[in-house]
Amino acid sequence: MLFKGSPGNAAPWQTTDALPRTAEGNGARVDHIVVLGLVPPGARVLDIGCGDGSLLALLRDRRSIDGRGIELSRDGVNACLARGLSVIQGDADTDLENYPDDAFDVVVLSQTIQATRNPRIVLEHLLRIGRQVIISFPNFGHWRVRSELALRGRMPVTEIMPDAWWETPNIHHCTIRDFVGLCRLIGARIEHATALDASGRPMRFSMPWWVWNLFGAQGVFLLRRGAD
Amino acid sequence: MDTQPETALRPDPIDEAAGRLSEPSQALDPKSLVMRFGADAPLRTDAGVELAPFQIAYQTAGTLNAAGTNAVLICHALTGDQYFAHTHPLTGKPGWWETLVGPGKPVDTDRYFVVCSNVIGSCMGSTGPASIDPATGRPYGLNFPLVTIRDMVRAQAMLLERLGVRDLFLCIGGSMGGMQVLQWAALYPGRVFAAMPIATGPRHSAQNIAFHEVGRQAIMADPAWADGRYLEEGTRPSKGLGVARMGAHITYLSEPALHRKFGRRFQGGSAPTFSFNADFQIESYLRHQGLSFVERFDANAYLYLTRAMDYFDLAEDHDGVLAKAFQGIKTRFCVISFTSDWLFPTSESRVIVHALNAAAAPVAFVEVETDKGHDAFLLDEPAMFSAARGFIDAAARARGL
Repeated sequence: MLFKGSPGNAAPWQTTDALPRTAEGNGARVDHIVVLGLVPPGARVLDIGCGDGSLLALLRDRRSIDGRGIELSRDGVNACLARGLSVIQGDADTDLENYPDDAFDVVVLSQTIQATRNPRIVLEHLLRIGRQVIISFPNFGHWRVRSELALRGRMPVTEIMPDAWWETPNIHHCTIRDFVGLCRLIGARIEHATALDASGRPMRFSMPWWVWNLFGAQGVFLLRRGAD
Repeated sequence: MDTQPETALRPDPIDEAAGRLSEPSQALDPKSLVMRFGADAPLRTDAGVELAPFQIAYQTAGTLNAAGTNAVLICHALTGDQYFAHTHPLTGKPGWWETLVGPGKPVDTDRYFVVCSNVIGSCMGSTGPASIDPATGRPYGLNFPLVTIRDMVRAQAMLLERLGVRDLFLCIGGSMGGMQVLQWAALYPGRVFAAMPIATGPRHSAQNIAFHEVGRQAIMADPAWADGRYLEEGTRPSKGLGVARMGAHITYLSEPALHRKFGRRFQGGSAPTFSFNADFQIESYLRHQGLSFVERFDANAYLYLTRAMDYFDLAEDHDGVLAKAFQGIKTRFCVISFTSDWLFPTSESRVIVHALNAAAAPVAFVEVETDKGHDAFLLDEPAMFSAARGFIDAAARARGL
């Protein structure tokens, strides 16, 4: 069991029995389990960079969502088709502008924003398309990343960032604090935030930002347009 | 797309074909099933004509289940026909979509009742310009009313009604067939459960209209066309139609595929003949394509069907907003394009996908990597088959089939 949600951390629609436990955690990615806890039943969900569709399938089976996906690789799209998912072959950097405002209840961008050409524009599109945005990314401020750079003088290679600098798709790394800064800059409201430690365990809500920024291996945010 | 070098060795095959005067037997008396519609069931066309009587030639495979939920409509392309899984009566070739359709294939004829009809305006048994005008007792020729993609779809709907098919599990087709698939979804939104428009677009582009116009002008410039009355005059505009086909055929391929298959290789030797014979293999190939086409297709039908494609603009029918064509639709879509298709490039498919997204319709989209150009939808493309199988199987599960 990797997920331990604290009640104070729960989104408004969550009840304790809806919190993911071992039964739901079996075989699913940790960050997917966290997303599962954030998506209300029956929601219209767009998963950008949906890979083989495992998150969408999980959400469909557990939350009865009406799901759509965007995926860059044809193999990923084919895997989604075989699961009966509506997924288009496309690119977060170029395809989001074609979606109308408020088209989805929830838009999910999982471990992808650091690989986009223009994270700010992508994030603005997400907030425009979805009433809520769930976004997760590797934290470049994690102590292991910092120590790789500070002590060894090398670009960090970790479990969540496994590629060498010359082959990584990640061109816009940020720390959790950096991301919070971008949210403030574009007026996004942070409704909920979680940092997962290196083992995928959500960190305690009461901890200050600097602790998250140092010990969180990835950040998971639930955002909403600020102007609403 | 076979090269068939032995035929291609002929110095000028189109000249040879010009002498032949095969009767348009398939246009009048096709070797397939035919549904006849009398004066009481006219086809009301977009041009404002009530076409009656008329007939639709079609073929089927598989069996309609008791609940009537497993019907598949295949929509054929410009010069296609109803022989999707049946030997062609004129060429003797196997069905044109046997790669995709058949027992155990993605469109599984063991599971689904599959129908394909010759479009209205064509020449393989459905009423078209080569048919006899009951008012005169002579071939329609240019007196046949202009038909549209929507008219083709209306006629298909009338046929399916007669066959006891209330709604479609799947509507699938490539190129002009894909236009019909889109039109089906827009015209009868509650009657299409799943739709696969392949290598197509929501409208015919200016470039594509231009290519069609070149083909039409080639036909009309042939003196044997005789202002469209060649069937009565006992001539055939084979040269014009052959040239039209040669030009069009280039647009169905791609430069990399042409280079791979023919390059600059000489036909039957290694040196130029310093003449206008078909020195290059690509020339022989195109001449062969022109020759074999005129033996199976009617020149006027080619004029009418290219025109129908030109007129197609689904957004225009909905206040210029394509998404309105699909408003509130429940049909699940799988759109497929090919990387090397420059006749209906991926950008055209993306326009469809974006409109479906804007209309909140369930849509999947795959761009298949291939160098085979537009014709790839007719060829052995494993990536297309696996996408089709995944989509159709999942749709069948959702439909309870």
